[in-house]
Amino acid sequence: MATLTDPPSSGFRLSKLIYDTRYRSYTFQFIALMALVALIGYLGSNLMQNLRAAGLNISYEFLGEPSGYDINQRPIEYDSQSSHMRASIVGILNTLIVAFLACVTATVFGVLAGVLRLSHNWIVSKLMAVYVEAFRNVPVLIWILIIFSIMTVSLPGPRSFRGEEATSSMLFDAFAFTNRGVYTPKPEFTNPIFTSGALNWLLVLAVLVASWYGARAIGRWATRVQEATGVRPTTWYLTLGVWFVPLIALMMIMGLTWVYPELKGFNFRGGIQIRGSLIALWFALAIYTGAFIAENVRAGIQAVSKGQTEAAASLGLRPGRIMNLVILPQALRVIIPPLISQYLNITKNSSLAIAVGYMDVTGTLGGITLNQTGRAIETVLLLMLFYLVISLSISAVMNVYNNSIKLRER
Amino acid sequence: MSDTELAFVRHDQIPEAPPPPSERGAIKWVRENLFSNVTNSVLTILSIISIYYLATFVVPWIMNGVWNTSSLAECRDILQGAKGGCFSVLSERWNQLLYGFKYPNDQYWRPTLAFLLLFAAAAPVMFFDLPRKLLIFTGLYPFIAYWLIWGGTILSPIFALLGFVAGYLVYARYVKNSFFIGLFGGIFAAFVAWYIGGKIVELLNIQNPTLEAVPSRDMGGFMLNMILGTVCVSLSVPLGILLALGRQSDMPVIRWICVIFIEFIRGVPLITLLFVANVVLAFFLPPGTTFDLILRVIIMITMFSAAYIAEVIRGGLAALPKGQYEAGDSLGLDYAQSMRLIILPQALKISIPGIVNVAVGLFKDTTLVSVISMFDLVGMIRGPILGAAKWNGVYWELLGFAAILFFVVCFGISQYSQWLERRLATDHR
Repeated sequence: MATLTDPPSSGFRLSKLIYDTRYRSYTFQFIALMALVALIGYLGSNLMQNLRAAGLNISYEFLGEPSGYDINQRPIEYDSQSSHMRASIVGILNTLIVAFLACVTATVFGVLAGVLRLSHNWIVSKLMAVYVEAFRNVPVLIWILIIFSIMTVSLPGPRSFRGEEATSSMLFDAFAFTNRGVYTPKPEFTNPIFTSGALNWLLVLAVLVASWYGARAIGRWATRVQEATGVRPTTWYLTLGVWFVPLIALMMIMGLTWVYPELKGFNFRGGIQIRGSLIALWFALAIYTGAFIAENVRAGIQAVSKGQTEAAASLGLRPGRIMNLVILPQALRVIIPPLISQYLNITKNSSLAIAVGYMDVTGTLGGITLNQTGRAIETVLLLMLFYLVISLSISAVMNVYNNSIKLRER
Repeated sequence: MSDTELAFVRHDQIPEAPPPPSERGAIKWVRENLFSNVTNSVLTILSIISIYYLATFVVPWIMNGVWNTSSLAECRDILQGAKGGCFSVLSERWNQLLYGFKYPNDQYWRPTLAFLLLFAAAAPVMFFDLPRKLLIFTGLYPFIAYWLIWGGTILSPIFALLGFVAGYLVYARYVKNSFFIGLFGGIFAAFVAWYIGGKIVELLNIQNPTLEAVPSRDMGGFMLNMILGTVCVSLSVPLGILLALGRQSDMPVIRWICVIFIEFIRGVPLITLLFVANVVLAFFLPPGTTFDLILRVIIMITMFSAAYIAEVIRGGLAALPKGQYEAGDSLGLDYAQSMRLIILPQALKISIPGIVNVAVGLFKDTTLVSVISMFDLVGMIRGPILGAAKWNGVYWELLGFAAILFFVVCFGISQYSQWLERRLATDHR
């Protein structure tokens, strides 16, 4: 607050700490600080007394001890003799896997629903409105449970795929939808360059990144030529070539084959098994958050004024180009910040995995490890720390992005 | 033949021809809205097909529904393999779904009455046209509802109320001198009154109160969701306002306390906070105190939603033009006055839609308490009802019922918020 009174000439008096606005804020801050210190001290001393009474202490040694439990989805090597630390890392990876899958799918659902809700087609826009309202107004936990029951109750067991009179059959002989999960073919290299599987996939990724750079270079070259001569060279076959020729060549060299799931004994073997719990969590988060993203997308598109479309049209741009060059760049500025906070929500909501038994970090570190070791304070603290790191890094990325797209005025 | 003689002159106007059939009525509407081009036609046909498939699943399921059997096996006998829902689980377990499985059977009227009174209490807050005198009932409602739901001696809520009255009287007496003296004096007076009241209740130690006392752990079902939702939202709004003001404050110590609190709470999922309430919070309380779980959960959920509401209100504060703050200063108002009289009324008005969004989200999040084995609506469904041998396997009916119940409440609140937004829009657009 601005205070423009003349400072009184007399010296410092104790009452000024309350009545003089120049000093009063120091008094308040001092009181607040003291209250905070007192609160922390009180809670800390309670903690010490309680721990002593229970014969416990704060220690993180349990992280190195063998966990003694199994995890059904293991992105890295893990067995029940591995440490609690490793169990937590498996959990973290599982959290990141489901969060990533759900973010991608939610974006697809959200963008589709948001655009279609603005469609002039009455029935389509009404359907999308129903989708958005139905999913936004029901707790995500209920959606997770509903999809989980579809996966575990309604789908047939592996037994019904067996024999001459099988009641279920595989889709294209490659995909099996069973109550133990969905089985899909698994890509494998018969002639790998590296012995480690992960390195091979990194190589594929590197080739894809290189292709992306190549495609961008072609686009820039085309723009240069267009600016110099006025005619844009035809580049689509070059771009296609840059994308696919190296990839296909690499696949041929490494000998890509697909391992199909097969019914052996009582269960399917081979291929990739995607468990019902993962699918339930993934799709429930994706559909639920997709409804929110749809509203963000709709708001973003509606935020671009109609004059922009008309101005672009009067410059002679075709509808496709109007969308790409005029509407989308402006709409994205509005859409992306809430979109990123929806990604953050997905990551935090993925902790609901514990309700369907998906072993994410809440299920391993905050679930079984907590119950087995009884180290409630330590595990919950580590759990919070993990989520805090994720959220703070995502918000840091968002701040950088927001600054980079800020409208530069004068 | 003269020049003036014309072959034929029509003297009256031809009646207007109707527009061609394709340009009017339903046909025109269908052409324009459903089949305007190829893409639209494809989308329309796809939508109709998917609606049809959905309907072939859902309609017979609902129409053939069985409402009055006492177990799943009986219900399947009646259906004879036909498609149909076993809604009898809803009619048989109705009370459990709404009140949990421990609340005394003969006392169900109490939470029901409290629920009905909630509308009367909320009405003057939600609709400004109602007489302001009704707000007195809103002020009394928390004490009435507590007494109705938890029961026990009526003296406890009365002394709690007297504490607030004493606090308010002291505040009203001293606020003219200084806001802070009034505030702290009021808080002090309230605590003194509560302490004395607590002693009196202990001394009297009434054995047979009018309403049978029900312990907190017996609360359950949708009632628990409603209790958590209403209590936490109403507590977190004032806390959120304080946090938002603290975050906007000029004093670095207070600002940083608020920033760290808000960012920490917003950075972690609600489940971890519920874990804290369940297993960690007890370590931080004085040894020997027992605190029931419902109270611990209310504390953590209130902190959670207060952080989100604080961010919404901060948005409202930031949206006010700087001139409003300067106008308050130039009128010679002190901080508390300018906030109460100028800034907050405007900032809160801007924040209402956001606050309602947070409230809806919070109400949906109350289902998470089922993860720490409290028996709210979802907890009842997953625990005692699906676990019972009689109803093991009735998923869709129960989960669908829960979904519809939440949808009705949340959709209602969001419609109210949209109405309020239009109502409060004072700018002419």
